[in-house]
Amino acid sequence: MNLTIVTPDREFFNEEVDMVEFNTTEGEVGIYPNHVPLTVIVKSGVLKITQDGEVRHAALHAGFVQILPDEVTILAEIIEWPGEIDGSRAEAAKERAQGRLSSGGADIDMIRAEAALRRSLTRIRVSDLR
Amino acid sequence: MASMRDIKRRKSSVQSTQQITKAMKLVSTVKLQRSKGRAERSKTYFSCMYDTVVSMLSRAGEINHPFLQPSESKKKGIIVITGNRGLAGGYNSNIVKLIKNNEDFDKDDIIIYPVGRKGKEALSRFGYEMSEDYSDMIEEPVYTDAMKISKKVLDDFAAGEIGEIYVAYTAFKNTVTHIPTLLKLLPIKVEDERDDNEKAVLEFEPETEEAVELIIPKYITSLIYGAMIESVASENGARMQAMDSATSNAEEMISKLSLLYNRARQGSITQELTEIIAGAEAIS
Repeated sequence: MNLTIVTPDREFFNEEVDMVEFNTTEGEVGIYPNHVPLTVIVKSGVLKITQDGEVRHAALHAGFVQILPDEVTILAEIIEWPGEIDGSRAEAAKERAQGRLSSGGADIDMIRAEAALRRSLTRIRVSDLR
Repeated sequence: MASMRDIKRRKSSVQSTQQITKAMKLVSTVKLQRSKGRAERSKTYFSCMYDTVVSMLSRAGEINHPFLQPSESKKKGIIVITGNRGLAGGYNSNIVKLIKNNEDFDKDDIIIYPVGRKGKEALSRFGYEMSEDYSDMIEEPVYTDAMKISKKVLDDFAAGEIGEIYVAYTAFKNTVTHIPTLLKLLPIKVEDERDDNEKAVLEFEPETEEAVELIIPKYITSLIYGAMIESVASENGARMQAMDSATSNAEEMISKLSLLYNRARQGSITQELTEIIAGAEAIS
């Protein structure tokens, strides 16, 4: 199964893989070859690529995925390899978001802070997996 | 005939102008290479994006969503992408003309979302209504910039402040051809010429309506981003061309002035000689 990951700035990944797992609005999914054609929306989470028994990770934050039987295309708005993540920055972002959530405020700020918190948690998780 | 000193002064001023235009040409050539590379690298993303949206909207008949319906509001929002700097030939003024000369656009029904100072200045002089200014972004457009703009226009669209959204940008065909383009973003109309059999059968998760809600903003964002980086490439291309012709014009002027200068120099030597000889003759 061919996995292509493209971002607006570059082609992030394009190789044959055995399985790919990621988080969607409907929950975490794992895709094997010969999946039914499907389009899903990405939610911030860990992207796990299994390739010849080896596993690679990346932090996938936003975008959507087009699944065809022999091809998976991820249109990612934000995606990072573990090496590209600044751990201390993610930690700081996490604390900032938590602070904002506990202090309370307008609904829209809450949604934003929640999304920021989710992103920073994903980054921390992925950089720990390195 | 102008005096030797005048011609010399003129020549050196043209020469220093030529040096500047030459340097500007070199700078924009380098910038053009970079922005061209960027535009090409992002192509895969946009074609994938386009295919998905088309296959999604090929079943638009069943989808009832404000993004796909004509809106009540008569106002039209236009994202105008120009440069922050001039000296790029017709690059900035072509975009301004594109909006000014369009008969479908009534000045009072237009809200401009300016990206680029030149277009903003020109259009506000003509009395167009301006929304928030995004001029800083055009220097080095990144994807998050496009996200900010698309969020703003989609919010205004949802609030009913504008009923249609356009983007005016300069499409980059190749280094010498740049086409001022007006693209309608919302409400979306995708012409799909493929017949039903060719269309990819796609299921959506979550339901199609929700997927429209989530994917269309991403589609709009990618279009805005694409328009921004193409415009940057076009701007550098246009500036490179303008500076190239300025440099060769200066070259031409310099050679004409050199000829004039030499002629004036020769003339003055001849005159001096004649005077000396006439003087010598008078004495003898």
